[in-house]
Amino acid sequence: MEYVSPEGLRLDGRRPMEMRQIRAEIGAVAKADGSAVFEMGNTKVIAAVYGPREVQNRSQQMNDKALVRCEYSMANFSTGDRMRKPKGDRRSTEISLVIRQTMEACILTHLMPRSQIDIFVQVLQADGGTRSACINAATLALADAGIPLRDLVTSCSSGYLNSTPLLDLNYVEDSAGGPDVTVGFLPKLDKVTLLQMDSKLPIDIFENVMQLAIEGCKAVANYIREILLENTKQLEYRRGL
Amino acid sequence: MREIQLSLNKTQKIRLQRALEKLESLSSKVNANASVTIADSIPVSYEDGVLKGHGTLDLNGEVVATVCGVVERVNKLVYVRTLRARYKPEVGDIVVGRVSEVAPKRWRLDINYSQNAVLMLSSMNLPDGIQRRRTALDELNMRSIFEEDDVICAEVRGLQHDGLHLQARSQKYGKLERGQLLTVPPYLVKRRKQHFHHLEQYGVDLILGCNGFIWVGEHVEAKDDMVEDQVNKPKLQNIKSNSYSGTLEEQERTYTPIETRQNICRIANAVRVSAILGFNITAEVIMETVNLSSSLNLDIHEMLGSEFCVLVAEGEAERRSINKKG
Repeated sequence: MEYVSPEGLRLDGRRPMEMRQIRAEIGAVAKADGSAVFEMGNTKVIAAVYGPREVQNRSQQMNDKALVRCEYSMANFSTGDRMRKPKGDRRSTEISLVIRQTMEACILTHLMPRSQIDIFVQVLQADGGTRSACINAATLALADAGIPLRDLVTSCSSGYLNSTPLLDLNYVEDSAGGPDVTVGFLPKLDKVTLLQMDSKLPIDIFENVMQLAIEGCKAVANYIREILLENTKQLEYRRGL
Repeated sequence: MREIQLSLNKTQKIRLQRALEKLESLSSKVNANASVTIADSIPVSYEDGVLKGHGTLDLNGEVVATVCGVVERVNKLVYVRTLRARYKPEVGDIVVGRVSEVAPKRWRLDINYSQNAVLMLSSMNLPDGIQRRRTALDELNMRSIFEEDDVICAEVRGLQHDGLHLQARSQKYGKLERGQLLTVPPYLVKRRKQHFHHLEQYGVDLILGCNGFIWVGEHVEAKDDMVEDQVNKPKLQNIKSNSYSGTLEEQERTYTPIETRQNICRIANAVRVSAILGFNITAEVIMETVNLSSSLNLDIHEMLGSEFCVLVAEGEAERRSINKKG
């Protein structure tokens, strides 16, 4: 199948190096300590953070750092065909683990000993790149909850189809079976915290594709930073004094 | 950006927008550009030396924020004051909490902190008001003082090795009954001299806990049991042992007149409106909101409607601009 037309346009009309439109909103869940909605094109994810709070299971309590937990789920209505998946299926367990490890790497857990932080992410609309969208939403929610972070983690995916590196794959491109690289990136520290790839790529092409994903991460980071700064200013001036 | 979650019509939206813009213009002159987000570098002059406080991190000799908030500078100290974070206790804070567990010689309280706070049996006055050692019998009767899910007011004593300790060594602290507990973000409650407010015209007590838990309840006279005549005590117990009169007395004791209940709800809704709009919560602001609602003859449930929220926002903008001039 042709994923990039001779004119250099993708199936949804984007250029190969173009991202989908991103939109973020802070404060979607009233009862949570921090929450956010993050959209990348038609992918829409909601994240809620609770904590740092008392550890629910005493045996998991750590005296030198906080316990970070993460739960990823997909709403039944999020995909094209409505299916009822059991809660702990292998895919969501794996993504929960990936998000937890990525977020734990940037949370300053040693500042909150004997407590736990819960991150809940749910996919409301799935159109490829849910993993990336979840990480971005979780970062926003953690920042909203006032949890100290080393840096903002942002994530973006890229792929390689029809001998062209493509940024931010959607569902159709994702399910084409080509390589799909998801990168989690710390923009200030200039470090990669997450790197996953399906299928395989020659090393020289892989470097290009990964660099493209990193550029995507930087763009997301700039947007998230704007949103957070605006939110902080709003809260401060509304409070007054 | 955090949207205010209200269903507004077009004019209301514009009016709210205008009021918020007015607030912004009032505050922006005070400390512009002090807001930072995560991983923003904070400009500091290294000649004077820098002490890095909360919410900052050293990154290759650069001071970097680790939370979103406002940069504060006190002499050499540079720190970031967070908004919307959980409560950070300071010694002497007055907090309101809910008992989550009764443990040996202590109660564990949920006070919106990263851990449960501890209230030791030995760091509170017993209900009979006598100063003495706590015996094993007292320990067995702990549930007669506070049970699980009771709401308690106490003072922060300090951070010990096993967690945050509270104390309640005065008659004004202790169990809170007949009222409502409201939770608001802790940054909206400022530390003041006075956190207990007795609103006399309404017969209502208002406790603004520093942890963002706010108590609105019927006024109770803080009585000093120590002065009470010891002879009366057995008589009281006699009445309690008589089941019929006991229940009557119980009813008498727990009865709250309907007006007081309405006042409690009205004040509680005033707090809620301020919390929705993200305004600082003080007794004066709450009373102004209450007076506004009663002068408009609004029902209690109408106070949470969008129209009243917009009115409060406009009133707040007006008030702050007057304060600024004065």
